[in-house]
Amino acid sequence: MALLEVKDLKVRVEEREILHGLTLTVNEGEVHAIMGPNGSGKSTLSHVIAGKPGYEVTDGQILFKGEDLLEMSPDERAAKGVFLAFQYPVEIPGVATMNFLRTALNAQRKARGESEYSTPDFLKKVREVSKSLNIPQDMLKRGVNVGFSGGEKKRNEVLQMALFEPSLCILDEMDSGLDIDALRIAADGVNALRSPKRAMVVITHYQRLLNYIVPDVVHVMSKGRVVKSGGKELALELEASGYAQFEDAA
Amino acid sequence: MPAVQETVERVKRIDVDQYRYGFETLIDSEKAPKGLSEEIVKFISQKKNEPDWMLQWRLEAYRRWLTMTEPTWARVDYPKIDFQDLYYYAAPKPKKTVTSLDEIDPEILKTYEKLGIPLREVAMLEGVEPKPGEEDPARRKIAVDAVFDSVSVATTFKAELKKAGVIFMPISEAIREHPELVQKYLGSVVPTSDNFYATLNSAVFSDGSFVYVPPGVRCPMELSTYFRINERNTGQFERTLIIADKGSYVSYLEGCTAPQRDENQLHAAVVELVAHDDAVIKYSTVQNWYPGNSEGKGGIYNFVTKRGDCRGNRSKISWTQVETGSAITWKYPSCILRGDNSSGEFYSIAISNGFQQVDSGTKMIHLGKNTSSRIISKGIAAGKSQNTYRGLVTAHRKATGARNFTACDSLLIGDKCGAHTVPYIEAKNSSATFEHEATTSKISEDVLFYCIQRGLSQEEAVGLVVNGFVKDVLQQLPMEFAVEAQKLISISLEGSVG
Repeated sequence: MALLEVKDLKVRVEEREILHGLTLTVNEGEVHAIMGPNGSGKSTLSHVIAGKPGYEVTDGQILFKGEDLLEMSPDERAAKGVFLAFQYPVEIPGVATMNFLRTALNAQRKARGESEYSTPDFLKKVREVSKSLNIPQDMLKRGVNVGFSGGEKKRNEVLQMALFEPSLCILDEMDSGLDIDALRIAADGVNALRSPKRAMVVITHYQRLLNYIVPDVVHVMSKGRVVKSGGKELALELEASGYAQFEDAA
Repeated sequence: MPAVQETVERVKRIDVDQYRYGFETLIDSEKAPKGLSEEIVKFISQKKNEPDWMLQWRLEAYRRWLTMTEPTWARVDYPKIDFQDLYYYAAPKPKKTVTSLDEIDPEILKTYEKLGIPLREVAMLEGVEPKPGEEDPARRKIAVDAVFDSVSVATTFKAELKKAGVIFMPISEAIREHPELVQKYLGSVVPTSDNFYATLNSAVFSDGSFVYVPPGVRCPMELSTYFRINERNTGQFERTLIIADKGSYVSYLEGCTAPQRDENQLHAAVVELVAHDDAVIKYSTVQNWYPGNSEGKGGIYNFVTKRGDCRGNRSKISWTQVETGSAITWKYPSCILRGDNSSGEFYSIAISNGFQQVDSGTKMIHLGKNTSSRIISKGIAAGKSQNTYRGLVTAHRKATGARNFTACDSLLIGDKCGAHTVPYIEAKNSSATFEHEATTSKISEDVLFYCIQRGLSQEEAVGLVVNGFVKDVLQQLPMEFAVEAQKLISISLEGSVG
C-alpha cells in the first residue's frame, strides 16, 4: 500500500522554484534512497514533507496514508507518523533529553487521542529502547544534544525514531559529520527499525551509507526532479560514473 | 503530567486579552479619600492604631517626599502619575479579630482559590496537627500571611512558629506588639530618604510582613505572603521587614497577582532584610501582576525597593525572583555585604511580553573583607517589550578580597522587542576580582521547528526552550514555587510567536 505519494510537486523558496514537479511513491515496508548532487532539491523535499516554514508549494500534492499532508501543521504530521531525522540536530540547553522525549512522545499520543505515558511506564520504555540501541543512560540526563558528539547526536535521532514509532522516517544526510564507526552504529540502529509497516526515505550524497542501510529503491534527483529510479545497483553505478550524466537529462 | 504540558493546556484555555487572574472580588472596603496629604498619613496611622513614634516617622518621610522628584534614569516610559489622584488606603471592612480561617470572608478565600493559592491546603489550614509519632518530616510546610488589599487577613501556623520563637506577623501588629524590634530595624536598610518611591512608601505603607528569627533558630517552615491588589485605583504600599538574628535561617516566599483593569495601578513596596552573624536569608519572589492588555493598556506600575543588609560576619542573603507581570517593573533587589566573609546572591528571571517594560537588576555592594557575590540574570523579551538588566557591583576601599561573578543572558523572541544590559562595575580595592559575562541570543527558528517536528505545538516548543534557558535560576526556587513559576513562564509567553 502506498504510504507516501508525492505528485508533481512544485516548491518555491523566496520566488525561486526549487522543485519543478517531483513525483515519488513510497510503499509500506520499503526503504528508498534519494541521491543527487548539492542543490538538486533533496533537503527541500524532506523539509516540505515535514512542514518546515519558508517553503511555498505552488503545485502538486503530498498524500500520506491517503490524507493531504500539506493541510496539516508540522506537529500534526509528526503525530500522524512522519519523522524527520535532521542533518544537523539542534541543541536545546537546559532541557534534559529525558524530559524532551517524554514531552514530545506524550504530545504525539495526546494528539492521536491516546493516553499519555505515566512517568514509570515512560522510564521503562525509554530504558528498553535505549538499551537496544546501546545508548548510555547518562546521555538522557544531559541537555538535548548539548555537548554531544556527531555520532551521539545521530544516535539520539535514532533513539527518538525508535521511541515515537513513526510509519515514515526521512533520514536527511545521516552520514554527514560521522566517521565510519559512528556511521555503522547509527545505521545498525536504523536497520533494527526496519519493519513491514514502516517506510524509510534515506537522503544522501554518497553511496557509502547505502552499504549499511541497503535500499529497495534508489532515485536520482537532479535540478528539482527525480530523473532516474532503479534498484540498489543504481547507487553503485552512480558511485562509478558520477552525477554529471544526469545533468542533461534534467 | 509534566508541568510543561500542564502549562500548555492552561495556555490554550486562555485567549490573549483574558488575563487569567482578571476578576474582582466583591467585598466591601473602607477607603481613605483620594490624594495625599499630612491628613491622609495621619488617617492611615490612626486606622492602624499606631503609636506616636510611628506617626512621626511617617510624617517625616512624607515631608521629605514632598521635596523629592521622580527618578527618570530607568529605561521605562509611562505617562506622568498624578499622585493626588490615587487612594492611599483601603481595607476590608474590619471584622472582629480573626482566630481561624473560618472567620474570613468566604469571598476572599474564593479569590485565593481561583488563584490556585494553597491557602486552603488540607491539613495545614484545617489546623490538623499530625499525631505525635506520625509526623512526616518530608512534608514541606508553608505558613501564609495573606495580604489582601492592604490588610493582612490571616496568619496561619502562628502557633508552631511561636514554639520555635519565630515572630511572623503583619507589620502593623508588630508595630504594636514588638515596637523595640521595629524601631530598631525599620528604615535601617532602606532609609526613609532613600529614593522617591521608598520615601513615599515610608509615609503611607499600609501593611506587610514582619519576621524575626531568634539566634540559632532554623525557621521550621517556608514563610509565605501572597500579595493581591484588589481595590480600583488603590496604590499598594507594602512594607516587609525580615530580621535573621545570629546563626539563624529563614526562607521567605512572596507571590503576587492582580485583577485586570484599565487604570494603571501604582505599587511601591519596600523590603528590608537584615542578616546578623552567620545568618542566612533566602527571599524568593514570583511576581505576576497584570501586565496590560494586548494594546498595552492598563497594567501595574511596579516601583520596588528591596535591599538586604549582610550586617554580620559570614552572613548570607539570597534573592531569587521570577518577574513575569506588571506594565512597568523598576526593581533592584540588592545586598550590602557589610560583614566580613558575607555573601550575596541574585538569581533572576525577567520575562516581558506585549508592551511590558522591565528595568531590573541588582546591586552588590562589597564593604567587608572577603565578601562574595553571584548574579545570574536571565531576561526574556517577546512581543513589543523592552527588557533591561541594570546592575551595580562595587567594592569599597576596605573590601579586600571581594569577589563577584555575574552572568547576564538575554533571549529575544520575535523582532519587535529589545534586550539591554547596563552593568556598572566599580572597584576601589585592587584585590577585588569581578567577572562579568553577558550573552544575547534569539530563539532560533531551527530549534522551534525541531521541537515541532517531534510533535510539540508552537507554544509548547517556546515554553520548553524558555524553561531550558532559565533552568539555572528555577533550580534556586523552593520546589513548590518552581512548579508555579514554570507554569507562569509559559503562560506569560503565550502568543509571543507566530
